Amino acid sequence: MFSNRYIYIYATVLVVFSALILTLAAVGLKPYQDKNIRVEKMQQLLGAVGLESDANNAEELFNTYFKEQHAVNSKGEIVGTLIDGKQTIGTINPFTIDTKKQMALVKANDPSASLPVFVYEKDGKKTYVVPVIGNGLWGGIWGNIAFADDLNTIVGVNFDHKGETPGLGAEIATPFFEDQFKGKTIFDGADFKSVEVKKAADKSSPHQVDAISGGTITSNGVSDMLNNSLKFYIPYFNSLKK
Amino acid sequence: MAEINFKLIKNPLSKENPITVQVLGICSALAVTAKLEPAVVMSISVTVVIIMANLIISLLRKTIPSRIRIIVQLVIVSLLVILVDQVLKAFVYDVSKQLSVFVGLIITNCIVMGRLEAFAMSNKPFDSMLDGLGNGLGYAIILIVVGFVRELFGSGTLWDYPVIPQAFYDMGYQNNSLMIMPPMALILVGLIIWIQRSRNKELCEK
Repeated sequence: MFSNRYIYIYATVLVVFSALILTLAAVGLKPYQDKNIRVEKMQQLLGAVGLESDANNAEELFNTYFKEQHAVNSKGEIVGTLIDGKQTIGTINPFTIDTKKQMALVKANDPSASLPVFVYEKDGKKTYVVPVIGNGLWGGIWGNIAFADDLNTIVGVNFDHKGETPGLGAEIATPFFEDQFKGKTIFDGADFKSVEVKKAADKSSPHQVDAISGGTITSNGVSDMLNNSLKFYIPYFNSLKK
Repeated sequence: MAEINFKLIKNPLSKENPITVQVLGICSALAVTAKLEPAVVMSISVTVVIIMANLIISLLRKTIPSRIRIIVQLVIVSLLVILVDQVLKAFVYDVSKQLSVFVGLIITNCIVMGRLEAFAMSNKPFDSMLDGLGNGLGYAIILIVVGFVRELFGSGTLWDYPVIPQAFYDMGYQNNSLMIMPPMALILVGLIIWIQRSRNKELCEK
């Protein structure tokens, strides 16, 4: 039989020792984990403009083509700019913006909210990539939308999700669904129309794409996500068009 | 040099299989077997955790006060699982995303706690490691079989490489989406249990 004193000391030593090991592991592995998260984000942005990349070349490709990054607020003003990895305007780093957190601020009409715009440039032609974020059936869905320099025509999208149903809602992250968005437009004249995901969509309409059968709630989630997230960028897009 | 007791490795593979006979750790077996790769990574993770936990608990077994032994076991298991989770996040990020919460849930995997209570608390370190290895492999073999079947018929791939020729699809073959859904894992595990019991009558309850 062990005394109470022994039990207390035993438990304390065990817990402190475990905590120590975990701290060391967490600190030691953090740079690798951060790199993975950064590379994943770059891969998603590259995917939106149709560039395939893997974990090894994503960083290089990203740095070559995405030289210009902005953080914009709801009035369409630039509050932070990163050019070639250097902060040239403001203090907000567009790449590290927590989109989820900022989108919550946008919903609460907080004027301090700012969201990133990533500018892809190849052969002198600019493509503007913006993140979108929303909810599917089981959890979050998100993606990136790439616009041509008319800031109206979608040239590419990519979506991802936390845990939509495989074979149904999860199909939003497949090329078969994503490719439908190419060539769609979000404005009708000066009016914002977004792109709607609906059943039996009129394929000739520039604002509609086909929903996924059996994935209605996820499909509606994509519609809402596009509408809510892209709305924020209208003032910025308008300021660029002038 | 301790003699290797092969029964400790062999039995969990067949007549004491943690999944099909003891029906432990079923939850994760259903969740991570839609594809082969996460199933294999999960199997390796669980095996490593059981072996290490069995070893540590067995080394400490004479010092652990029995009144707090479950807590001590939990602390050790949690420590190992968090380490595994951190390592996966750092080096196989894609897979760790697919496994998501299930790595963390190894902590509650009954196989781990079950082996600690039933074996490591009363056996020598080396035997405990073998027991952990055996049970880990017993868990792994079921996960890999289920993952193999589900990926092959559910996605037409193995380890993400397409294996079903395009000609089949042209003739009207389709991937079976039911295979990717969790219920199919349950049905497959059920089939494995059925086959195993029909071949080994000792396992049948009266």
